[in-house]
Amino acid sequence: METLKTKKMKEVHPMENVLRMDRIPHIWCPGCGIGLAVTAFAAALEKAKIDLNKVAIVSGIGCTGRVAGYVKLDSFHTTHGRAIAFATGIKVANPDIKVVVFSGDGDLISIGGNHFIHAARRNIDMLVICVNNFIYAMTGGQVAPTTPLAVYATTCPFGSVEPPINIPYLADSSGAVYVARWTTLHIRRLTNSFIEALNKKGFSVVEVISPCPQYYSRVNRLGDGLDMMKFYHDNTEIRHGEDTKNLDIGFQSKIIMGKFIDRERPSYTERFD
Amino acid sequence: MKANPKDVLTGVHYIDGDVASGYGILAAGCKFVAGYPITPSTETAETFARVAPKGNAMFIQMEDELASISAVIGASFAGVKSMTITSGPGYSLMMDAIGFGAMLESPFVLLNIQRGGPSTGAPTKTGQADMMQSRWGSHGDYEIIAISPDSPQELFDYTIKAFNLAEMYRCPVMIMSDECVGHMTEKVVIPPAEEIELEPRRLYDGPPSEYLPFKPDDDFIPKMAKAGAGYNLYISGHVHDERGYPVINEKFKSVYLRRLVDKIRRNKEKIIELKEEYTDDAEVIVVSYGISSRVAVRGIEKARKKGIKIGNLRLVTVWPFPDEKIINLAKTTKAFVVPEINHGQIAFEVERCCHGKANVVLVPHSGAGVHNPDDIYDAIVLAAKEKKKIEGIVEYKTKLEKLVFEGDYKLKE
Repeated sequence: METLKTKKMKEVHPMENVLRMDRIPHIWCPGCGIGLAVTAFAAALEKAKIDLNKVAIVSGIGCTGRVAGYVKLDSFHTTHGRAIAFATGIKVANPDIKVVVFSGDGDLISIGGNHFIHAARRNIDMLVICVNNFIYAMTGGQVAPTTPLAVYATTCPFGSVEPPINIPYLADSSGAVYVARWTTLHIRRLTNSFIEALNKKGFSVVEVISPCPQYYSRVNRLGDGLDMMKFYHDNTEIRHGEDTKNLDIGFQSKIIMGKFIDRERPSYTERFD
Repeated sequence: MKANPKDVLTGVHYIDGDVASGYGILAAGCKFVAGYPITPSTETAETFARVAPKGNAMFIQMEDELASISAVIGASFAGVKSMTITSGPGYSLMMDAIGFGAMLESPFVLLNIQRGGPSTGAPTKTGQADMMQSRWGSHGDYEIIAISPDSPQELFDYTIKAFNLAEMYRCPVMIMSDECVGHMTEKVVIPPAEEIELEPRRLYDGPPSEYLPFKPDDDFIPKMAKAGAGYNLYISGHVHDERGYPVINEKFKSVYLRRLVDKIRRNKEKIIELKEEYTDDAEVIVVSYGISSRVAVRGIEKARKKGIKIGNLRLVTVWPFPDEKIINLAKTTKAFVVPEINHGQIAFEVERCCHGKANVVLVPHSGAGVHNPDDIYDAIVLAAKEKKKIEGIVEYKTKLEKLVFEGDYKLKE
C-alpha cells in the first residue's frame, strides 16, 4: 500500500526580500504600531519598484530608532537626534543613493528638530517617516514635544502643560515638498503615501500616528493597542489638502489625516549642480 | 596612491595656517566638508568652499556642529573622504558624534583650531586646553589619533597625513592646531601631486553576501564597503558583532571594545611621530607640541648657550601618547619641562610615564597669548639646578602668573 508522502514546505516570509529575517523577533511590545509602519514601508519598497541596493535607511534613537536594523537595506542606526544630519551627509556625498529617515517624534522633532527644519529648508532629497506615538517610549514614557495637553506621562505626573507641536505644519512652513499624515490603522493609504513620497524628489515627510499601549494608552487609561485602533477608526477624518495650521492634535481629539502638501521645489543637489 | 593633480595647488605660497589646511584638505582627496562657522577656524572652511569645485568636492555649511559632524560620518559611509572644521564650543558640541565615529570605525578628520576657553572664553585668541578633551571628550572607552602641527607648512602636510591615518586605522583623526598656528602667515611649499602619497580606503572586494562589515584583518582593522553598492550594511552605534548587529552583553562588549582600543594601541609605533634633538644625554628635556614648541625653541637655545645639556622632544602625535619614549628618557634625564597653554594636561601624562624617576616641571599659561620664552628658559634653569626628586608635578610660576598671585588675583594697571 502506498503511503501518502507529505513534502515539507519551506516557509518563506512574504517580506523576506526587504526585512532582515535573522533579526526577528523584533523588540517592539504587543500592540505597538511601529511594526505596522514597517510593514507598510516594506510593502511600499516592493511596489515602488526602486533598486533596493541603492536605498539607505537611517534611524536615530528610540523605539522607532530600531527600524533601520530590521530592514534589509544599507541600515544606519545613528545617534539621538542626528538621523537627518547623517542622512544629509550620505545624500550630498552620493546623490545616487535614495535616503529614507525612519525615526520617532522625540528623535526627529525634539532633539533633532533643528535638523528637520534645515533639511526641509534646503530641500534635501529624502523621505522622512516620523512615527508619532506622543511619548518617549524607549526610556519609559516621558513627556514629548508631541504629547497632547493634559496627557499623563512619567515626567508630567499631573498632566502635560505644554502645547504640542504640529508636525505637518512645521514641515510645511520649513519647505517640505510632500507632507502627509496617517495612522497605523490606515495601512493601505499609508503605503500609497510612502510610494508617492519615495518617488518624489525633495524633502518629503510622512507622519504616522501610532499607538503605544505600554506607556501612552495604559498610563492614560485608554486601553490596549486594539482599543487605540478602534479609536483611530472612529475619530479620524481624511481631508486632503487641508491647511496644515489646522492639524493640531488634542487629547483624544479628532485626528485629521491625508496628503496636505504636494508641490515642486528644486532640491539641494539640483541647485548645487 | 598618488594625489590627483587637479586637487593640488602646487607652488610656493605665502599663506596662513588655516588656508594651508584648506589646501591640504583638497590635496588629500577629501570630497565632503561640513562645518559651522566658528572663530578662529573659519578661514579653513572659506578656503575649502572656494577651492572645492577644482577637485569636484563640496563644502556644506550645516545648521550647527552636531549636524556637521553627523553629516561627515554619513558621507564617510557613502564612500568619500570627509572632514569637519571647528574650534572652542563647536568642538564640545561634537563630542557625542566623535564617540559615535570611533564606535563605527568611521574614517574622518576633524580640525580643531584651538581657542581660549572655557565657554566662549577668548574666541580670537590662542589656547591648547582641548588636548584632554580630544582624548577623553566623548563618553565611553575608545582610542583616537591626534596630531599637533606647529606651522602653516605642517598644517598643510599633516592635514594630508591625518586623512591617511584615518583611512589606515579607520578612526577619527584630530588635528589639534591652535589660533596662533592657524593665523600665522609663512611660506608654504606645496609639492607636485606625484610627490603626495595618499592612503586609499581599505575596501572589501569579495562577494556582498559574504561581507562582514566589522570582521577585522590581522592588524585589527576591518575592511569597508560603500553604501548604495548592494552590501546591505548594518551600521549601529550599539556594541555590535562582526555583522554589525547589536549584541549587548559582557562577552561581546569585551571583544569589540578591546579591539577598538587595541587597533590603535598595538599600532602605536607606526602611528606616533616625534621630533627630537639632543635627548640622548640631556639633563633636562623640554616636551612640547603645537605653538608652544615654536616658542620653546628660544628658551632652549638660550639654555644651551648657558651650558645646560638640554634636549627637545616635540610631540607631533599627541594621542596615542608616546609612553615608551617618556619612560625610557626618564631613566637618563633629570627633569622634563612641559610648556603648554593650559594649566596642566599633557604635563600630567609626562608625569604618569615618569613614575617619579625624573622631575616634571609644568610651565602653565592661561591662554589668549603664548609663553614668554624667558619663562621657559627660567623653568629649564630651575629644573637643571634641582638636586632632589620631587613627588608630583612642579608648577612653575611664570612672570605673568606671579603678577596675578602676588597681586591677590588682581592685576595692577
